[in-house]
Amino acid sequence: MSIAASQKRGFGAVLWDYLTTVDHKKIAHLYLIGGGFFFLLGGLEALAIRIQLIVPENDFVSAGFYNELLTMHGTTMIFLAAMPLLLGLMNAVVPIQIGARDVAFPFLNSLGFWLFMFGGLLLNASWFLGGAPDAGWTAYVPLSVTSPGHGVDFYVMGLQIAGAGTLIGGINFLATIVTMRAPGMTYMRMPLFSWTTFITSILILFAFPALTVGLFLLMFDRMFGSAFFDVGLGGNAIIWQHLFWIFGHPEVYILILPVFGIFSEVFATFSKKRLFGYTAMVFATMLIAFLGFMVWAHHMFTVGLGPVANSIFAIATMAIAVPTGIKIFNWLATMWGGRITINSAMLWALGFIPTFTIGGMTGVMVASVVADYQYHDTYFVVAHFHYVIVGGTIFGIMAAMHYWWPKMFGRILHEGMGKLTFWTFFIGFHLTFFIQHFLGLMGMPRRYWVFLEGQGLDLGNQISTVGAFFMTFGVIVFLINIVYTAVKGEKAADDPWDGRTLEWAVASPPPHYNFKQTPLIRGLDALWIEKMEGKGRPTPAEPLGDIHMPNSSFLPFMISLGLFIAGFGFIYQVDYDWAYILLFGGMAIALASMLTRSLKDDLGYHIPKDELEEREAD
Amino acid sequence: MKGWMGKIRAISLLGLTAIVLSACGKENLTALDPKGYGAEQSFNLIVLTTIVMLFVLAVVLVVYTIVLIRYRKKKGQENYIPKQVEGNKTLETVWTIIPIILLLIIAVPTVTATFDLADESEASDSLNVQVTGNQYWWHFNYKGQEIQTSQDLYVPVGEKVYLNMKSSDVIHSFWVPTIAGKMDVNPENENTMYIEAYEEGVYWGKCAEFCGPSHSLMDFKVVAVSQEEFDQWVQDMQNVDPEAQPEDAVAQEGQSLFQEKNCMSCHAIGSSPAQVGPNLTNFGDRSTLAGVEDLTKENLKQWIVDPESIKPGNKMTGNYPAVSDDEAGKIAEYLLQLQPSEVTPESAGN
Amino acid sequence: MSQDHTLNPEIMPNEPEKATQEGKNKFIGFWFFLGGETVLFAALFGTYIALRNSTADGPTANELFGLELVFLMTILLLTSSLTSVYAMYHMKNNDFKKMQLWLGITALLGLSFLACEIYEFTHYITDFGFTFRSSAFGSAFYTLVGFHGGHVTFGMAWLIAIMIRNAKRGLNLYNAPKFYTFSLYWHFIDVIWVFIFTVVYLMGKVG
Repeated sequence: MSIAASQKRGFGAVLWDYLTTVDHKKIAHLYLIGGGFFFLLGGLEALAIRIQLIVPENDFVSAGFYNELLTMHGTTMIFLAAMPLLLGLMNAVVPIQIGARDVAFPFLNSLGFWLFMFGGLLLNASWFLGGAPDAGWTAYVPLSVTSPGHGVDFYVMGLQIAGAGTLIGGINFLATIVTMRAPGMTYMRMPLFSWTTFITSILILFAFPALTVGLFLLMFDRMFGSAFFDVGLGGNAIIWQHLFWIFGHPEVYILILPVFGIFSEVFATFSKKRLFGYTAMVFATMLIAFLGFMVWAHHMFTVGLGPVANSIFAIATMAIAVPTGIKIFNWLATMWGGRITINSAMLWALGFIPTFTIGGMTGVMVASVVADYQYHDTYFVVAHFHYVIVGGTIFGIMAAMHYWWPKMFGRILHEGMGKLTFWTFFIGFHLTFFIQHFLGLMGMPRRYWVFLEGQGLDLGNQISTVGAFFMTFGVIVFLINIVYTAVKGEKAADDPWDGRTLEWAVASPPPHYNFKQTPLIRGLDALWIEKMEGKGRPTPAEPLGDIHMPNSSFLPFMISLGLFIAGFGFIYQVDYDWAYILLFGGMAIALASMLTRSLKDDLGYHIPKDELEEREAD
Repeated sequence: MKGWMGKIRAISLLGLTAIVLSACGKENLTALDPKGYGAEQSFNLIVLTTIVMLFVLAVVLVVYTIVLIRYRKKKGQENYIPKQVEGNKTLETVWTIIPIILLLIIAVPTVTATFDLADESEASDSLNVQVTGNQYWWHFNYKGQEIQTSQDLYVPVGEKVYLNMKSSDVIHSFWVPTIAGKMDVNPENENTMYIEAYEEGVYWGKCAEFCGPSHSLMDFKVVAVSQEEFDQWVQDMQNVDPEAQPEDAVAQEGQSLFQEKNCMSCHAIGSSPAQVGPNLTNFGDRSTLAGVEDLTKENLKQWIVDPESIKPGNKMTGNYPAVSDDEAGKIAEYLLQLQPSEVTPESAGN
Repeated sequence: MSQDHTLNPEIMPNEPEKATQEGKNKFIGFWFFLGGETVLFAALFGTYIALRNSTADGPTANELFGLELVFLMTILLLTSSLTSVYAMYHMKNNDFKKMQLWLGITALLGLSFLACEIYEFTHYITDFGFTFRSSAFGSAFYTLVGFHGGHVTFGMAWLIAIMIRNAKRGLNLYNAPKFYTFSLYWHFIDVIWVFIFTVVYLMGKVG
């Protein structure tokens, strides 16, 4: 079975392999493909939004369709693009970085991916079934409860399924990092990307259930006539906002903390220096995560919570700037005195510093309550969160793509095209979003389908749209780069960047069992230590022996498919009785698959020692 | 409190910021040229936070530039391995403490201003207006004055006016950038804010909470007039006779059509509190039609015949009997003559 | 850690649930899962507390609840938690039959709890006309207590499934973690009920 994997196979076999795989590296590929697809989709939606706003009172799209576009742009980018891409990178790198052969729950890992994928497909199916959700990605009630059609129902069911997948992914990484670290890999020797993955997973674990509950309440109100948000029956619309932001603010850190890890790896590697202030970096990450749970109401300064609540949340929010500042300065200090190589991965990291600093600055500015009375729900806020999410998360993902591409796919992305992507995207980004700070203060609220003539908003919007085209161009070049690299790209060595962490000690791409022998870890930057001592690779912690591996399984796909079908059932049972067939049928498929998983013994298989020795001889 | 305010204002007047910012945006819409108490408070904090944050950005950029110039890989450095520095306690303490101090500089005035703007102690001695947000228009009920109006909120200059805000449907947000920051208008609880305009003028207001297809068209105005003019306006509004017949024949026909077509089931003229649709008492004095169009007969005809073409998703479409072009013209004529007061947006300098 | 070893009951270690890497993973992972569940119920409790007086002229908590039945339910569930502890005690002693016996008692107690809950809900609906749609309080009550009831139902299905599946083959290192995680889950459900008893019923009667 494992020998066959290295030989040429037909398309059907490859497809079946990916549908059933429980290998974290292949699941990483799936996440990158799925997340990449939705990223392009969200990008197209963004482009349509910017085209609509290129001139005042434009009618490129109708008001209703515009609202669908903006809702789906936000929802797609956050839930279906940024997070899956990050989970993909975590899957590709973290188990190897901590010296593990796989994750703690390979089956659940696969289930997490398929739940995300089917949730995303369910959400986007709405485009073809009477219209997408149109109440904003925040889906504030009562607007989302009263929104006609089924758009918001698709939002509820799609996010519920995708969210379950993310939660499973988070638990998986937590258990993996707690139980599967190689001998000698103490917590304070873990690479920073593994650390941020660990802390991000904690955020996922404690933040997502709040969204789950919020979505259930919204679902019950829309589909089953409950009265949580029905003011007439004593309901309360603010509860949704609390639940949403108790999830939503940690979500922001779920998006940003992993890329803090990525940048820490990239800066250290390309400066040829150990990360400055490692301990401070770890504790700053923890502090950000902790404070991240106490600041949700800064999204609600104008709700009328009163001056006491507003002041407390303002100060807690400002406090987050301290650990974030520590990080920025530690990165600068890492480069200080180093020997900096600038290539496309490093360019994204270098572009991140000023961009994210501006995003952080405006973050403190919006934390100042009374100033926020002006910023809130305007283009200033739009500019702010794009500076942190694009300037942080997307720049980080792009840095990671260029940095780990050789490890994940065995080929190096083309440098020239990489640089072209960076410069067009970087310039386009600032053109698009810098001016939006001013648009907001000049009186342009967010989520505006049109802005009126003669209000001084024309030029700013025009510049912003031009910038969006630059960004689009950059993304297209990146896609060409991927195709070019796949066909003609330079083959990657095992350690093309003179790396410091364990993933560079295995082949590019790594064998499916990662390490023939589990490595013994002797300190931070495990591989660098061995290189400095002239050995070049870590000492094995165990003799060569049989390796136990998990079996592939089609059940994760079936469980997710069942829930996907049941999702349609829930949505349409309001109108049609036949939808109950979908509802119960889908649930039956999902539950039967779970039962099969629970009752059928799955003990995995072993790669015999002989085969491992043979491979080495090749 | 006055001390720091004064200082900040001085800096802002002198500084580059003010020059750049004052050129930004349309007068009476922008938040960067405040002409009211709340907006001024916000602006002071915007300037303060911007200055502090620009200082931080400058420090980061200086270090960043030095790093990039001095430590790029140079020729002959291929095998050079820099010293592997673990960290530096002193430095790390410095860049922890300094940001804390900078944040305190921001936090103290923030908290002061937050409590200041939430102060409701003068509400009972001031003008109180019940504001209702609706998809996609605003209703104003002057408490204890027997005045109901929609879309244009008349206020006296230099007076605190307390707004008690509630929504009839989804959440909206009341925002007049040049006068004051925004406050959400929720369906289940009443929010209170006060506004105070410093100068006469017609200020643009916008809905700032996503509320449906015509969210971007839910504009309104705050008409700030002198105290005498305001008193005059109040008197005129109170003396309106809803039944009064217009003088010319076309408008009279319009009036009877207005009743025939059942317009009265949603729209009120006079101070009756019906609120399904906008109150039309001083419709002819409005600064705009539906918040976004010029108040002309042509536009009004278009609105009466097909409101959907102006505000997608509005609640009027489909809820009244068909009106022909000709009938719409007559109704328009009638409505445009509803001009009970000499005090209009023009008198405020529109 | 070969396959045969995993299934051999003769050399069962002291803590069979954590003896294998898979068992350890499951143990740790399940604790994390319960952490997430805690937030889920916290959010539901928060919603309930915010809406518990929003009765919209419908029946109030004080009119509805009778403490006798709820007290009985509490006893049933607390006892079932205790019996599952006995079961785990016998698992550690590698006494499969006694483990099954105590798990069976746990299941019976759990099912009686469910029966009481179904009776309780029917009583509210038929005698008071108090439903999920009556008021925000109704929605919040049925959602919170119903989520707990749903967890109990799921737990029962889970327990019965693993009891039947393993009835003939006895205890081994592969299924010990499954029994153990069930018992963790069951304690968690029990703790949640204690909070429901306090926040919903006692505060509803007294507050």
